[in-house]
Amino acid sequence: MSGIGIQNATKLFGKTQALKGISIDIRDGEFMVLLGPSGCGKTTLLRCVAGLERLDGGNVRIGERDVTDLAPRHRNIAMVFQSYAVFPHMTVAGNIGFGLRMHRVPKAQVDTRVREGAELLGLSPFLERYPAQLSGGQRQRVAVARALVMDAPVLLMDEPLSNLDALLRLQARADLKRLHKEVKRTTIYVTHDQVEAMSMGDRIAVMREGSIEQIGAPMDIYDNPASQFVGGFIGSPPMNFLRGAVRDGNFAGEGFSVPMSRPRVDLQGREIVLGVRAEHITIGADGVPARVLVVEPLGSHALVTALVGKTAVKVQAPIDVGVRPDQAINLRFDEATVRWMDAGTGAAVQH
Amino acid sequence: MNARVLDRTLIYGIAVLLAVWVLIPFYIIAISAFTPQAKIFDYPKPLIPTTFSTETMQFFVDARGVIPSVLNSVLVAVFTIVFGLALGTPAGYALARFHFRGREAFQVIVLATKMFPIAILSIPLAVTFLQLGLYDNLVSVALVHTAMALPFIILVTGGVFVAVSHELEEAAQTLGCSRWGAFLRVALPLALPGLAAAAIFTFVVSWNEVFAATILTLRTRTLPAQVLAGLGTSPLGFKFAGGLFMALPAVVFIFMIRRYLINLWGSR
Repeated sequence: MSGIGIQNATKLFGKTQALKGISIDIRDGEFMVLLGPSGCGKTTLLRCVAGLERLDGGNVRIGERDVTDLAPRHRNIAMVFQSYAVFPHMTVAGNIGFGLRMHRVPKAQVDTRVREGAELLGLSPFLERYPAQLSGGQRQRVAVARALVMDAPVLLMDEPLSNLDALLRLQARADLKRLHKEVKRTTIYVTHDQVEAMSMGDRIAVMREGSIEQIGAPMDIYDNPASQFVGGFIGSPPMNFLRGAVRDGNFAGEGFSVPMSRPRVDLQGREIVLGVRAEHITIGADGVPARVLVVEPLGSHALVTALVGKTAVKVQAPIDVGVRPDQAINLRFDEATVRWMDAGTGAAVQH
Repeated sequence: MNARVLDRTLIYGIAVLLAVWVLIPFYIIAISAFTPQAKIFDYPKPLIPTTFSTETMQFFVDARGVIPSVLNSVLVAVFTIVFGLALGTPAGYALARFHFRGREAFQVIVLATKMFPIAILSIPLAVTFLQLGLYDNLVSVALVHTAMALPFIILVTGGVFVAVSHELEEAAQTLGCSRWGAFLRVALPLALPGLAAAAIFTFVVSWNEVFAATILTLRTRTLPAQVLAGLGTSPLGFKFAGGLFMALPAVVFIFMIRRYLINLWGSR
């Protein structure tokens, strides 16, 4: 009903191309995360959907309507800004009800909906306060409440959690996810934090330099990154990469050789990158020889950094792994989870 | 005695010196204005007034032409504020919000008009006005004053709007406002204290301006022009009282808006 369709969107800032022809289809009620490093164009794309920036090419559809040339107020959207953009000269109630008043909703109805919105975000005790009298977390919730009471079918969020401290962010993340389950608006959520993206998104669009690198469900992207960039951006720690070439059933690089039980004729002789996640490596009696650099006990597990040849590899090991720096160890890669990428382009090789 | 104490002593010393430099003449004018006319020539002057009287002030206020010229001054100042803000606020807003071609050049040109002493600017302006036949009425004086106050108004309002986050206006737009509505409902209310400060400063500029007002007016003189016209022939008491009367609003207003002036001039 109110899906969002972006087709071939391009945007120029001077001579830099901020968006290089992006197309996405977002389903009604879906929570789509735009993820990428700063400067990748994710916020620009969101602002183009909101109507705060004009596209230089392509079009945007919300529901059945082409909104490419419409002003923000005619697009039936609500937005939460990174700085929250809470109006300092209005009370919390005034802020939450602002959009409703602009749409000439009758006063009694505004009051009811403001109270409901405040209730939903735990702001009821603060309705008569001014933003200056609120904490950062409370202000963030005012911004969310102000957007939600609009009952717009589309909700746009631009890094709404990035200004909160770590503990509060964890809490707010869970709250936002719960809210989405309750209100089921079509949501576009911009973030540079892959943990946020993984935990909240129905799907994630990983962006890089104005293009979309990969779109998919979080676990799909995590398990099958479309490129070295995606594998390195998603996951903490990021995916490990080893550069080498396949020869005679072995994957061999500088200072190491990994035996391959399943021959890959297609990879034979090619310069290639092996990608493997930290939790898919085990420390055992045999395997690829490595030397321990650092051991970081993290409570539930230990993160071991080891040198394979000249490449540092992170291994997620049991907390009682009992290795020490400089110790020689052997690593086994879970072959089913290993991904291959082209050494030149970084793109994943189909398997 | 360490360096920091020395620094502070130096700063305070200079500050006190400057304050005294400004305050002593002002103080002498003030006490003279409240000394009876007969005692004005007493020498040495007592630093603490022994006889307080409003006789001199009364004499000044009662003098012919003073009351009408005060009214003229107030009207000119009000016109100046209206014209100045109507022209300066949009310019300041544009400087704060848009990165248009020639923005830096515009800023420099605005500032450059402040390089010249007011006398140099006001005479060509006044001549132009005379040639255009725009003289001896309050609106023409207000127009000259607007030209003089405009650079300041543009720079102050520009600073004020820079301090109002652009995201606030964008948020208002996503919540149902037009571009103009967002300005009226969000940016303008938040900028209002700063705009008020600009208005007050404009009032002071206009209230104190004497060159253009003297050249452009004969019958509709503003207060400074009126006082100047009679300066050579009026008694000393009249001059002191007039000086105080003209200085007082400026002092009071500047005191009221000092917070904004300090903000403007880069406080910490």
